[in-house]
Amino acid sequence: MATSVMAQAGQPAGTSVSLRDVTRAFGTVRALDSMSLDIAPGELVALLGPSGCGKTTALRIVAGFEHADSGEILINGQDFSGVPAARRDMGMVFQSYSLFPNMSALDNVAFGLRMRKAAPAARRKRAGELLEMVGLSDRARQFPHQLSGGQQQRVALARALAIEPRVLLLDEPLSALDAKVRVQLREQIRSLQQRLGTTTLFVTHDQEEALSMADRVGVMRSGRLEQVATPTELYSRPATAFVAEFVGTMNRVPGELSADGTVAVLGGGVPVADARDAVPGPVDVLVRPEQLTLAAAADGNGIVTSRTFLGPVTRLTVLLDGDTEVRVDVPSSQAAALEAGDAVQVTLPPVPVLVTPRRAAETAGEAAAAVR
Amino acid sequence: MAPLTRPRRPRQDAGIWRWVLLLIAGVYFIAPLATAQRFAGFSSFSSVFTQPGFGAALWLSAQLAIVTTVITLAIMVPTTIYVHLRLPRLRRLLEGITILPIVFPPIVLILGVLQAAPPWIKSSQWLLGLEYVILAMPFAYRAIDAGLRAIDLKTLTEAASSLGSGWASTLWRVLLPNLGTALMSATILIVALVLGEFTMASLDLFVTFPVWIVQFDQLNAQMSVGASLFALYVTWLILMAITLVGTRQARRTGRGEVSLFTVTTSNTTVGES
Repeated sequence: MATSVMAQAGQPAGTSVSLRDVTRAFGTVRALDSMSLDIAPGELVALLGPSGCGKTTALRIVAGFEHADSGEILINGQDFSGVPAARRDMGMVFQSYSLFPNMSALDNVAFGLRMRKAAPAARRKRAGELLEMVGLSDRARQFPHQLSGGQQQRVALARALAIEPRVLLLDEPLSALDAKVRVQLREQIRSLQQRLGTTTLFVTHDQEEALSMADRVGVMRSGRLEQVATPTELYSRPATAFVAEFVGTMNRVPGELSADGTVAVLGGGVPVADARDAVPGPVDVLVRPEQLTLAAAADGNGIVTSRTFLGPVTRLTVLLDGDTEVRVDVPSSQAAALEAGDAVQVTLPPVPVLVTPRRAAETAGEAAAAVR
Repeated sequence: MAPLTRPRRPRQDAGIWRWVLLLIAGVYFIAPLATAQRFAGFSSFSSVFTQPGFGAALWLSAQLAIVTTVITLAIMVPTTIYVHLRLPRLRRLLEGITILPIVFPPIVLILGVLQAAPPWIKSSQWLLGLEYVILAMPFAYRAIDAGLRAIDLKTLTEAASSLGSGWASTLWRVLLPNLGTALMSATILIVALVLGEFTMASLDLFVTFPVWIVQFDQLNAQMSVGASLFALYVTWLILMAITLVGTRQARRTGRGEVSLFTVTTSNTTVGES
C-alpha cells in the first residue's frame, strides 16, 4: 500500500493544537464561552454535545472560517488567530457533500496539491495513492454525482489528507450517511488517522461515534467544555451530572444525603464518590443500568414495565415505588424468567456513587428530553 | 442524500391536453412567422446581406452583445456571489433593485446613464452598451441567483479555502465551472435582449440591427421582413447552440440542465454499492 504517502504524511504528525479562552458570541448568544482545550500531537479529540452547544463553532474557529471574539488558537505553540483559512494547512471534511461537482474524484483529491503548485504528474500520483488508501482507486475518473454518499465522504477524506494537513478537522462527516456505512467509515477514518498520526479534531452529536473513535472526548454544553477525558473515564467518572446523563444511559434515583458522606437510596446506605454541589437532604443519585441489581420478589420495591433484549444483557424498565422509573441491565439468562408486570426488588451494591441536587419534578422530563 | 426529483409520469388525459395546449401555442407563434416568411419570400434572404447598412448594423449589434455580456457578468457574478455568501439578508433588497430596470421607462434609464457616464463615452456607441448592462441586470441576476441556489456555495467555498485556494482561484476553478449552466442562461438572455432591443438604440440615434430593420422598412418592406426573419433565425441558432453545448457539459458532470430562469439540479447520488 501507499508507503510513500505514509512516510511523507508522517512529518506533520507532531502538531499540537490549543484553544485558549476562546469566546465567540452571535448576537446575544454565547456560542463559545472562554473555551480552552489542548490537543496533543497525533491525538484524535472529539467534541460531543447537543446541537447548539458550540462544538461546530469551535471547529470552524480552528479552521479559520469563523473568528473568535477573544482568545487564541495555537498551532504548535504559534498563534494562528489572524491566519486566513487558506494558509492554515488544515484538511477538513464537511457534514454536507463538499466535493467539487465539476471535477473527477482524482482531480478533487489533487486540488489542494494544485493550489500548492505541485507538478501535474506528482499530484496525480499522490492523489491516486490517497484514493487507494480510502479504497476508491477504481473510482478515480468518476464525478461526485456518480458516487454514493459514503464514497463521496471517503474522497473528501482523501482530499483533506492529500495536503498533509497540520490538523484534520471533521465536521460531523458521517451524519448524512446510513447506519451501516457510518460504522464502516468511522473505523476507516480512525485506522487511517492512527496510521498517519494526524492530529484530529472531530465534531459529532453522536456519542457512540465519539466514544468509539476518539482518544479523548470533550463534552460541551452551552459553549463550555464540561469535561475532557478518555471515553472510559467519561463513562465511569463523569465530572458533571450533564456529562453523566449525556454519555451512556443514566438513572436518577431519589436518595437522602447525610452529612457523613453516605446516601440512603433504595433502602440501603451507599458511599458517595462526589457530592459536588449537593447539600445534605434530598438528592438524586446517578446510577448506570449495569450498576443496579435486581431479583424477583413478591414484596419488592418495583414492577417491571418493559424489557428490551440487547444480546448478552436485557434492559428492564422498572417502575419503583414513588413513581421513579429506572433502567436495569441484567444478564439475558436471568431476564428470561421475568415478564412485564412482575414484582422485583432493585438494589444498589455499596460502590461509591455520584449525587446531584434533586431536580424539580416538572423540569425533569424536559431536561431529560434535551439530553437525549 | 438528495431525493430524486423526477416528475411522475403524467396520466393519459393529461397527456392529451398537453398536446392540445402545445398545438395552440405552436399555431399562435408559428402562424405569424409563416405568414411573414411567405410575404418576404426566400429570395429576399440572400439579397438582405447586400443591402446598404446591413453589415454595419449587424456588426454593431454583435459588438454590443459581447460587450454587454462581458460587463454584466463581470459585475453581477461577483456581486451575487458576495451577497449570497456574506450578506444573505440583502438578497431580497438586491432582488428588488435588479427588477427596477424593467419598471423604469427606457428614457429614464438613458438619462440616468448620461448623468453618470464619463464624458468621453457619451458620444460613442459604448454608451448604448452601458445602458444595455442596466437593462440586462434583472435577467442576469435571476439566472445567476438560480445557479447559486442550486449549489452548496458556502461549503464549496470553504472546502476550496481549506485546501489553500484564494478568492480568485476559488471563483475561477470551483464556482464558475459549477455555475456553467447559470452563466449560459444569463448569456442567452443578454444576447437575445441586445439583438432585439429597439427603443434605446433608436432614442440614442444608433443604427443597431433592429433600428436598421425599421429604417429599411421605409424603403423595402419585403426586404425588411426578410431581414427580421433572418435576425430571428440567427438568434435562434445562437441560443440553440449555447443550450446544446451547455446541456452536453451538464450531462457529463451530472449538473443542471439549461433553462432560462432556473437551473434544474440533477444532484442525486447513486445508492451505496
